[in-house]
Amino acid sequence: MTFLEFTEGPMFYFAAALFVVAGLWRLVGIVRLGKKPDLAPARGSAATGFLKGNLRHFFPRGLFAQRTWMHLLGGYGFHLGLFVLFFFAAPHIAFIEKFTGLSWPALPRWGFIIAAEIAFAGLIVLWVRRFSDPVMRLISDWDDHVGTWLTFIVMLTGCLALQEAHDSLRAIHMLSVNIWLIYFPFSRLMHAFTFFLSRGATGANYGRKGMNP
Amino acid sequence: MSETSKAQTAIDTLVNQIDRDIASYLEACVHCGECAEACHFYEATHDPKYTPTYKLFPLVKAYKKHKAPLRWITQIFGAPDEITEEELRDWEELVYDSCTMCGRCTLVCPMGIDIAGTIRKVREGYAAADIVPEGLAQARANVERTSSPMGVTARALLKQVEHQEEDTGLKIPVDVEGADYLALLSSHEIMASPEIIGAYAKIFDRAGVSWTLSTEAYEATNVGVQIGSGPLARQLVQRVVDEAERLGVKYVISPECGHAYGAIRWAGPNLIGRSFKFEVLHILELLDKLRAEGRIPPGERDTRKMTLHDPCQIVRRGGLLKEPRRLLDDACSNFVEMKGAGVTNYCCGGGGGVSANQRAEDLMIGAFGKKLEQIDDLGNIDAVVVPCANCRGVFEDGLFELDRDEIEVVSLGQLVADTLADDPKTAK
Repeated sequence: MTFLEFTEGPMFYFAAALFVVAGLWRLVGIVRLGKKPDLAPARGSAATGFLKGNLRHFFPRGLFAQRTWMHLLGGYGFHLGLFVLFFFAAPHIAFIEKFTGLSWPALPRWGFIIAAEIAFAGLIVLWVRRFSDPVMRLISDWDDHVGTWLTFIVMLTGCLALQEAHDSLRAIHMLSVNIWLIYFPFSRLMHAFTFFLSRGATGANYGRKGMNP
Repeated sequence: MSETSKAQTAIDTLVNQIDRDIASYLEACVHCGECAEACHFYEATHDPKYTPTYKLFPLVKAYKKHKAPLRWITQIFGAPDEITEEELRDWEELVYDSCTMCGRCTLVCPMGIDIAGTIRKVREGYAAADIVPEGLAQARANVERTSSPMGVTARALLKQVEHQEEDTGLKIPVDVEGADYLALLSSHEIMASPEIIGAYAKIFDRAGVSWTLSTEAYEATNVGVQIGSGPLARQLVQRVVDEAERLGVKYVISPECGHAYGAIRWAGPNLIGRSFKFEVLHILELLDKLRAEGRIPPGERDTRKMTLHDPCQIVRRGGLLKEPRRLLDDACSNFVEMKGAGVTNYCCGGGGGVSANQRAEDLMIGAFGKKLEQIDDLGNIDAVVVPCANCRGVFEDGLFELDRDEIEVVSLGQLVADTLADDPKTAK
């Protein structure tokens, strides 16, 4: 078994299984903590509030955007760029097709490069802010930095492997992806899933009050 | 309580506060620091320690140690220490002095985290361990003695009622069984602006509303909610519930006081563990309803240039956004809105018990400065309508301290009473 076969085979299966099991464990663990029923008569719908809360916080509020423009730029750039890379890079679609049989149109090469540049620029802006902004420096911990670096390495090795010129480059990318998958459920990277609960909880509470802030 | 047991009491209480919602908030925070940009204490000082999410540290530590899912794996790589009394005391200023639980930070948070509601949970731990600011401890002692944080007794209330009866020529009902509405007041209203009692009498007389005050349950302020003591909050709500049910009223009216509304309307049934046999209405809801029914027709409008301060617990966290605006449109001919009016409005700086905490006064005035900037952006405002007695107190202190007391501070209930049509037939 070559190193590439190992990283795309047994190691990937292990990392993906751990990602799914530990991720679900953490989400179910949060939900299982439960919440007492709210006895105050509602003025609006909690369920609608849950959904509205989730949608509302995808968009910045104009009043705050002036103060937080750099973070918005970095945040949207990184997340949108990563989303496009993850789902529309041709090698990723081929990889997913190998396991699921599902396939969809891929980005042209120039599209990949633009998305990658935006994602890299966004991630670098967020990371530079993390150590240069006094607020972020105070509240950041090692988990924030490790998550950022692992994601950066995954993206960087992914770009290096794009040409598929050397198996070793693809293997290094898969190795970093596997480490990222293993780290993910134990870290703050889980915000990719917990945001739904958090926004929903606030949205539901406000929804009962007939508000959607 | 020994030092160890204080810390342990706080930890036990904090851990008990963590439910699904709180856990999802603590899990979702990505340390982006956006919340600082919405916090008036940070904006006024630019001190990073006032970043809202940073104020949650004691709860975060307790969560990671005792409640976080997968902690049995993550703790292999280093278990977090228990929170110590020293750390609790270090964070006391952040938990009590620099958070009014206004909830503005939630609006900017990409994860939608309710930091204000979570601070309320952190305060439960502090109150249980009796690590609280002196001003709030004094208010708690006053409540235990008289039910009022300012020590206002039923006798003092009756004296003010007597004065208002003389001023208005109207009989003000007290302890009337079978009335439809039981009106609550805040200590600040009873002592600093008792005219509001006369204003209610005038409005309810015009509307033909059957109402009463009570010598058993006159105080709406709930220090338990401010200090973070569930047991005390429960006791104060229970007092109102018992009296309202004894009198057989259909409605309890929460006064122009922000957190008092949240305490009785939204937290109340959950605190006592059952639904009420009456409905809770905020005074602005009732006035808006009476106005819509044509029972309190508006007369000549006030011509001063006025703006509206949105009390956080009534508007952003209370859900009453349109009611005060409809009432103001009828009462004022020159009403202008601040930038960010409504849900994104700034807090006055003194909610959530901050105004009762003398130690926090400079910080509070600094935060009020942000509110004043919002008002000044409108240019030459004659009066600010502030439908919360606590906010009015903060405004009056802040405007005095900042040498801006040419701006008048007006109660909305009072304004509605002052602009009622003299003769309903000639109402506009």
